[in-house]
Amino acid sequence: MSLRTIMTATSLVLSMASAASAQSTLVYCSEGSPEGFDPALYSAGTTFDATSHPIFNQLVEFKTGTTEVVPGLAESWEASEDGLEYTFHLRQGVTFHSTDWFTPSRDFNADDVVFSFMRQLDTEGPWYTAEGGSYVYFNDMSMPDLIKEIVKVDDYTVKFVLNRVEAPFIANLAMDFASIQSAEYADQLLAAGTPELLNQQPIGTGPFEFVMYQKDAVIRYAKNTEYWNAGLPKVDNLVFAITTDASVRYQKLLAGECHIMPYPNPADIAEMKANPDVNVMEQEGLNVGYLAYNTQQAPFDNPVVRKALNMAIDKQSIIDVVFQGSGQIAKNPIPPTMWSYNDAIVDDVYDPEAAKAMLAEAGVSDLSMKIWAMPVQRPYNPNARRMAELMQEDFARIGVNVEIVSYEWGEYLDRSKATDRDGAVLLGWTGDNGDPDNFLAVLLGCDGVGGGNRAQWCYEPFNDVIQKAKTVSDPAERTALYEQAQVIFKEQAPWATIAHSVVFMPMRPEVEGYVMHPLGGHIFTEVSLAE
Amino acid sequence: MGGAVRLHGPAFRVTGKSNRRGDDPPRMTRGPMLRYFLSKLLTFVPTFLGVTLVSFAFIRVLPGDPIIVMAGERGVSPERYAELVAQFGFDRPIYVQFWDYFTGVLQGDLGQSFVTKRPVWDEFFSLFPATLELSTVAITIAVLLGIPAGVIAATQRGKLFDRLLMSSALIGYSMPIFWWALLLIIVFSGNLGWTPVSGRIDLMFYFPNTTGFMLIDSLLSGQKGAFASAVSHLVLPSIVLATIPLAVIARQTRSAMLEVLSEDYIRTARAKGLAPIRVNGLHALRNALIPVITVIGLMVGTLLAGAILTETIFSWPGIGKWMVDSIFRRDYPVVQGGLLLVAVMVMVVNLIVDLLYGFINPKIRKR
Repeated sequence: MSLRTIMTATSLVLSMASAASAQSTLVYCSEGSPEGFDPALYSAGTTFDATSHPIFNQLVEFKTGTTEVVPGLAESWEASEDGLEYTFHLRQGVTFHSTDWFTPSRDFNADDVVFSFMRQLDTEGPWYTAEGGSYVYFNDMSMPDLIKEIVKVDDYTVKFVLNRVEAPFIANLAMDFASIQSAEYADQLLAAGTPELLNQQPIGTGPFEFVMYQKDAVIRYAKNTEYWNAGLPKVDNLVFAITTDASVRYQKLLAGECHIMPYPNPADIAEMKANPDVNVMEQEGLNVGYLAYNTQQAPFDNPVVRKALNMAIDKQSIIDVVFQGSGQIAKNPIPPTMWSYNDAIVDDVYDPEAAKAMLAEAGVSDLSMKIWAMPVQRPYNPNARRMAELMQEDFARIGVNVEIVSYEWGEYLDRSKATDRDGAVLLGWTGDNGDPDNFLAVLLGCDGVGGGNRAQWCYEPFNDVIQKAKTVSDPAERTALYEQAQVIFKEQAPWATIAHSVVFMPMRPEVEGYVMHPLGGHIFTEVSLAE
Repeated sequence: MGGAVRLHGPAFRVTGKSNRRGDDPPRMTRGPMLRYFLSKLLTFVPTFLGVTLVSFAFIRVLPGDPIIVMAGERGVSPERYAELVAQFGFDRPIYVQFWDYFTGVLQGDLGQSFVTKRPVWDEFFSLFPATLELSTVAITIAVLLGIPAGVIAATQRGKLFDRLLMSSALIGYSMPIFWWALLLIIVFSGNLGWTPVSGRIDLMFYFPNTTGFMLIDSLLSGQKGAFASAVSHLVLPSIVLATIPLAVIARQTRSAMLEVLSEDYIRTARAKGLAPIRVNGLHALRNALIPVITVIGLMVGTLLAGAILTETIFSWPGIGKWMVDSIFRRDYPVVQGGLLLVAVMVMVVNLIVDLLYGFINPKIRKR
């Protein structure tokens, strides 16, 4: 599409006032600027909203609104008996975007799949450092250790060979870093000596073509008229109006300057819900905020002590004060939107008297402890200092004296990993791939001690269950194992599970078909605008 | 500032001869002015070196390892950490890193952003026009309203207008910008619908970014209504940004005017029967301008560094927000390069102010 065409088209249609014109434009007041346009280089949701969701596809994708994995650019796949080989059968007739800066000469095929992964895997390859960045998420998900090789079987068949059996592998392939790039485009850029353009002028197979980006101001996309998923996307143009302040986003929504906005101020939500010009959707976020005891140090090595402290925490007050209603009490270490969430588990009752008695029974008196409060805001903990203060009061009621400490964020993350750490740590986690393994193994497995496992908790019965769940492929069997793991977790109480955030999405009444995504992404492929 | 520069002199000739008050008569020759300019320019060199060092050191003395901050809750393995340290060049001695940075700066290479992977230079120049456009309009508003207001207040000292004006200036000066901006948005954009909420132009307009200045680009685009839209988008942010400078300039003008108005030569001028407008507007104001120009210079320097709050609230894509974001992300090249560029601009503005002093008061350039 030439610049002139776009200019003519957009100048004709982009006015929201002229919604009745032939073309429709959806304006999204996004909360920040993307870091770049190659999703494999980044790990922020804001970047993925602007890149992997509109511009790219993955081999397999999350069905919008669920953590269920469905076919994407691969029409089907099968795993070998031993679980070490996955063979993907690719969709035919899929085209890459044709733009001012690239015209594809061929359809999407196995070469593109091999390229998209090998550039991240092959440390000796030209693309490993060509963009000046590194493939953070691919590494974070331990893909280099997991993937042994990637084989092009034929033009439309690709085989992944793994080093070990890992059931969550398929969910990893639906993640943003696994977006499929055009090998042909990459070759052209490399030959021209401008590989950095892969991160500035993206080419994908996704529902929208990238048109232009004005830093910190606006991103424009146009409908991919050749999109393989017929009938989608439903709007002709997609515009991100970057608006970092939540109050201003709300004013823009009211003034009709945008149709939909993320991350409202919790304080504005009651008013939004009362306003007939605004629809507010809500869903629990795929996250958990917790207080992790150091289970390697006395008296926190005693599950009874941990349980007693958990019973002293008035979680409802935390939800009311810290989350201002935009949170939900957490009873499990995984959020309710995740498959295998064990709803049968009963949360510890808030009972300071019983807690006091339990501590006395465990022979603990005059206990003094530290609570670490994060210096940053996170969806799973919007105000850690305030949360720590509330806990300080709660624990004082059972005779436990609390000192609150904090460090600069980098220091905090680093020091809280130490196995000899003094104190319980407030922290949290946001899910990557919708797989329970991504919470239970990363945050509570024995391998994570001294790292992501801030409770320093290595409990064999729990660890055996989650390790087994990694290696079976039957979803029902995996579900049963994870449900069992949550029971063990609750008995042993290495954490006080505090809250899952509740995510709100305000939009104008004319927005139709928007579905909230548990993984947190904002996806507009199926959204349309009523006249 | 105001007290140090007491000016009288060249603007006023009682007898037709040079107005002398003890010093040599000023002569408007090129020699002293050029020498003055060169001497000011020379001070650039050590300042530039200092700024380069400070901008390099500033981000590094902040606590927080950039790699750990970037990794967040997910963490980073020791092997991966080592790989990233090498990739960013943090494994080299600090003086080598500084030397690389410094020689890069001398060759016009400020490095590339850790985050966006784009050259700092490109990022700066894609954002700076927005900051410059907004701050130019804001400072113009502040000067055009602030100086006359200060002059009138001084001549009406103690009267109602003076009191009203000085109380409003105090309010303007102490106004929390965030609150003020949101209030204007809610009233003028929300309730009245007179102005757009945020952004630089209506999204219906789409044209190439030729100069980066929306007022100019919208005219160049030839699209009907584009210029008006750009102007309407400038109204609220420039009012917000002009608020504090306007208050400061009005107060400074008033106090400088009061000082000058008590001088003997003003009394003489009045006694001569000159019209009050000539006395106040021409003789007094010109002599009162030096401290006012100093203040304006400082204000311009501050505004060019980017108005973080105003840019954030109005989604104005300028350099203030860019720099703050980069500090949080520990994006070293952007922080050090951005600081350096901003510092150089402030130095240039100060140089211009110094030259203006010399122009207004020849005694200064003789020093």
